Amino acid sequence: MKVAVSSNGKTLDSEIDTRFGRAACFLLVDLNSMSCEAVENKQNLKAAQGAGIQAAKTVVDHGAGAVITGNCGPKAYAVLQQAGISVITGASGQAKDALEKYKQGELSPAEGPNVNGHWM
Amino acid sequence: MIISVASGKGGTGKTTVATSLALSLGKNAQLADCDVEAPNAHLFIKPEFEAEETVTMPVPKIDDDKCTRCGECEAVCQFNAILTVADTIMTFPELCHGCGGCKAACPAGAIEDGKRTIGTIQHGRCNGLDFVHGRLRIGEAMAPPLIRQVRSRVTPDKTTVIDAPPGTSCPVIAAIKNTDFVLLVTEPTPFGLNDLELAVETAKILQIPSGLIINRSDIGDSRVAEYAAREKIPVLMEIPYQREIAEAYSRGEPVVEVFSQWRRRFEKLYADIQNLVAGRTI
Repeated sequence: MKVAVSSNGKTLDSEIDTRFGRAACFLLVDLNSMSCEAVENKQNLKAAQGAGIQAAKTVVDHGAGAVITGNCGPKAYAVLQQAGISVITGASGQAKDALEKYKQGELSPAEGPNVNGHWM
Repeated sequence: MIISVASGKGGTGKTTVATSLALSLGKNAQLADCDVEAPNAHLFIKPEFEAEETVTMPVPKIDDDKCTRCGECEAVCQFNAILTVADTIMTFPELCHGCGGCKAACPAGAIEDGKRTIGTIQHGRCNGLDFVHGRLRIGEAMAPPLIRQVRSRVTPDKTTVIDAPPGTSCPVIAAIKNTDFVLLVTEPTPFGLNDLELAVETAKILQIPSGLIINRSDIGDSRVAEYAAREKIPVLMEIPYQREIAEAYSRGEPVVEVFSQWRRRFEKLYADIQNLVAGRTI
């Protein structure tokens, strides 16, 4: 299974970007091989609204089965849920450490968004 | 003629000016409070409200059987309000600006106009002055469509005063666009000047002639007056920082109704605006 991690950089050593919608990029990591593909999320950094929705769409389109991030709002969560993707919130630190914890079963999926939408 | 009252900075005295100007116009006038996020002109006009109407804006309503999940609607939407994901189609009505682009783009005819309530409009009268204002639904972010609806309720053959929201963003554009004159109310402070400059540039882009009212004119410094002279913007009125004016305001009494000299000044203000709009000197 592929897991998408919101991150500040393009490698597994990068820090997790705690913002989902406006993360710098997503690391799409194959849990078996730990191969890592970095997908930029630049187009969403300056979106006036709906960044989380588009970020969720990006993750869905890249075939992720789970998301590891810091904060996920209601609209992004709704899109991910619609696509059957589990969402792990509250993560921080280096991406590789969070992935290791995930593999060990130490991170459990959130039952809903953990932050409010922005001003709407 | 439509005169809009705008400011850039909030709290400079737009409503004080708009209500007094409207009341000094006599019987054939109307006031439209377009500050729909915080309408307060009615506190001064005290109109008898006649009717309230609910205002909606169109949002996409999907016919799930007709939708082929082609994604054309998603591609055309600049606001991320509609998307196809995991063989379903999702809409986010609160993000929709009601442009109708998705409906026009849909090759399957699967999108109809749904409705989302964005606020209310109330009509009233006070001593022959027609009054209308909009009130945005609490939690609603889309002010411009409601402002456009409020403006559509005014009668073209009457002189209209529009009380605009503060700032220079979309709601202000919706309130002052296609008006004949914009009165910019400011105060002689650094904040007042900074936001006045933004408002002046906005009026220039919209090609609306403008004039200035300096409120609390005896505080601060002379930079607003210097800026107005440099930009050749006429200063049409100066309102001093006076306790009696503030007291009348706090009681919800328009200055033109309390002080006869201010009624004369506002009548002169309207005459000046008429001359400026007609291209005459004042």
